[in-house]
Amino acid sequence: MAEKTEIDDVSGTQTTGHEWDGVKELDTPLPRWWLYIFYASILAAIVYWVLMPAWPLVNGYTKGVLGWSDRANVASDLSALRSARAADFARLERASYAEIAADADLREFARAAGESVFGDYCRTCHGAGGAGAPGYPVLADDVWIWGGTLADIERTIAYGIRSGHPSAHLSQMPAFGRDALLAPQQIGDVTEYVISISAARTRLAPNMGAARRGATTYQEQCALCHGPTGAGDRAQGAPSLDDDLWLYGGSRAEIRRQIELGRGGVMPAWESRFDPATRRALAVYVYEMGGGEPDPPPAPAEAPAATPMAAPQ
Amino acid sequence: MFGSGSSLQGDNEHGIDAKAVGSKAYRALYKKREQIYPKLVHGRFRALKWAAMVVLLGIYYITPWIRWDRGPHRPDQAVLIDFEGRRFYFFFIELWPQEVYYITGLLIVASMALFLATALFGRVWCGYACPQTVWTDLYIYVERLIEGDRNARMRLDKAPWSISKGARKIAKHALWIAIAAATGGAWVFYFADAPTLFRDLFTGTASVASYLFVGGLTFATYTLAGTMREQVCTYMCPWPRIQAAMTDAESLNVTYRADRGEPRGAHKKGASWEGRGDCVDCNQCVAACPQGIDIRDGDQLECINCALCIDACDAVMAKVSRPSGLIAYDTTINVKRRAAGEQAHYRFIRPRTILYALIFLGVGALMLMELANRATLDLNVIRDRSPPFVRLADGSLRNDYALKIINRAPETRTIEVSVSGLPNALLSSHHHHHSLHGRSGDGALLVTARPDGVVNARVHVTAPAGIAAGSHRISFDARDVRTGEHVASASAFLAGEAP
Repeated sequence: MAEKTEIDDVSGTQTTGHEWDGVKELDTPLPRWWLYIFYASILAAIVYWVLMPAWPLVNGYTKGVLGWSDRANVASDLSALRSARAADFARLERASYAEIAADADLREFARAAGESVFGDYCRTCHGAGGAGAPGYPVLADDVWIWGGTLADIERTIAYGIRSGHPSAHLSQMPAFGRDALLAPQQIGDVTEYVISISAARTRLAPNMGAARRGATTYQEQCALCHGPTGAGDRAQGAPSLDDDLWLYGGSRAEIRRQIELGRGGVMPAWESRFDPATRRALAVYVYEMGGGEPDPPPAPAEAPAATPMAAPQ
Repeated sequence: MFGSGSSLQGDNEHGIDAKAVGSKAYRALYKKREQIYPKLVHGRFRALKWAAMVVLLGIYYITPWIRWDRGPHRPDQAVLIDFEGRRFYFFFIELWPQEVYYITGLLIVASMALFLATALFGRVWCGYACPQTVWTDLYIYVERLIEGDRNARMRLDKAPWSISKGARKIAKHALWIAIAAATGGAWVFYFADAPTLFRDLFTGTASVASYLFVGGLTFATYTLAGTMREQVCTYMCPWPRIQAAMTDAESLNVTYRADRGEPRGAHKKGASWEGRGDCVDCNQCVAACPQGIDIRDGDQLECINCALCIDACDAVMAKVSRPSGLIAYDTTINVKRRAAGEQAHYRFIRPRTILYALIFLGVGALMLMELANRATLDLNVIRDRSPPFVRLADGSLRNDYALKIINRAPETRTIEVSVSGLPNALLSSHHHHHSLHGRSGDGALLVTARPDGVVNARVHVTAPAGIAAGSHRISFDARDVRTGEHVASASAFLAGEAP
């Protein structure tokens, strides 16, 4: 309760008139500069309400006379970005592979665009950087089931593998075990033979007796696709068997299991999802992971510049 | 006014009725600001301050306009902080953002110079070189030009409003704002091409940021130098508090030699000087003080050591035919020594001044050496983390790396990149990068590094089959084929177990 206000002797300021057990409170006025800033803030707030979106209403909100809208700004930024990139995408779509190879800026653009798309759509199966996973091919290595030129990669991306698209890559390895095409004994023999012709023979030590028996079965059942020496056949999508890279695992049991089941994965056709320029960007990105193969005829400038380094100092 | 009859105190022919708003007697915990009307003085310190003002303002305003040819397509401004291009240009020096440690070094050197100056001469920075002091001095000069000296200004402020008063006030504030705008305007010239920005500022086509900075600095200059003045030094600036740690009893400060001045009192011409001090209590030192203090109260936080009171006092001492230097740069310990009848002497070489000087010289030399041997070639190696390694058909293992080759030189250079540490490893670039244009005789890749830029090169290192599993230390080396300048960057090669 304000009773009697008085002037404080020490400060010369009026008191509020309150008193608590002899303690009185000074009624020091607000600093002027503070008060003026406070008033200015109120004015600024009113101006803001008029200019900018401010008050929520039942259906919507007050828009403000400036018509500011974050949503519209993002949309216009995005369309500006798209139109800024449009020229490069158009160039990428029209360019021949040789032109892409020769045009450094275009390739950098394609790589960057491809990396972004790869991260969103491809990485789930093929792994970051094309690291691959059991059943999902490694894209960074130099082994290709359906070919590793830019044209091959772009085709695979567009139509997929066993995707149901009329132009999709299609191959079917028989399930020799599940469908009882071969006896378990024969499958074991073929497993030993496959190991003996592959680079895995040094670590898996095949049973050479079984491998000799399996050789006959291999030539009858497998060589048609995988080739008499196990070199594979890209035209049919038959993987090479002479290296030590295995799509479904490289242990003895895993190799045998693949002969029994004849598994083949599915890759979707991206033709309807990505425009041609995006597919091409993706192809460039995958190609440049490290295993891309020169397009025939190989231009001299495109051969990998690889040389043994000087002996370590 | 000094010497004019109207302001003479009855019994003091040189005295004026000046009260220091910040004097000991009036000091309070909270006090409304009282206007200070510093009186113009003449003397060697005033001359020194004018000279310092002209030089410092000259440096500030002229520097952005100095041109420096760096060749085509490069800024020709001698001092330029180019945020957009991420470069700092200072005459022949060009720094990249990652070289910000030069700024750190510069700041250490600058602060040590400040510490040393403070330990030796007190707050000389505050008195002569601080922007707050320089611009306040300039503003007071303008004020004096339009409204007259101390007494005229006091009279004008007390006078009722009139056309003449209004005109003077408007003229003063207009000039102040013009100076403030020029100050803010000059600031932004350090961040863009000055002639272009100058034109853009006036044609309304400069960036919003430019106008905001010009506006903000105009406002700051106007308020700090025009209306706040000594309050900035006394209340806002941390340096008065910090300086206490730099100074000691041997530091030179603007000092009232109380041993000689006391007991003070008015002096009549021809009266004896026996049994009294030299201070005639004329208050000229108080009237001259831009900080509103009475130097005779002793060393105090508000004092910026501008020495204007020395000039004011010396003029009076000459008039009363006493030796000058009643107020002078002196040390507190000398005042005590003289009071005790001892010989005054100065000690400039003290542990703290030696320490500050050594750090100053040490860091300065280090930074100069660093600058003289500054590398213009740098190499950053980023190993691809996924996949950690790639097994190839022939059993060999490959790791992939992104190289960033930084060329700080203004010319295109051919850089030879090689790798060492892994026997029989192959360095390759799968695809010909635009800047990879071949390989040298000993197997290294050749990269064309564009001038003043960064080249990204993706390279592969392939180790033959049979490499032991684990991490192998390798080192990339980038070497300028012409000058031989080279830089190495360590990395790792990861190899996995057989599948």
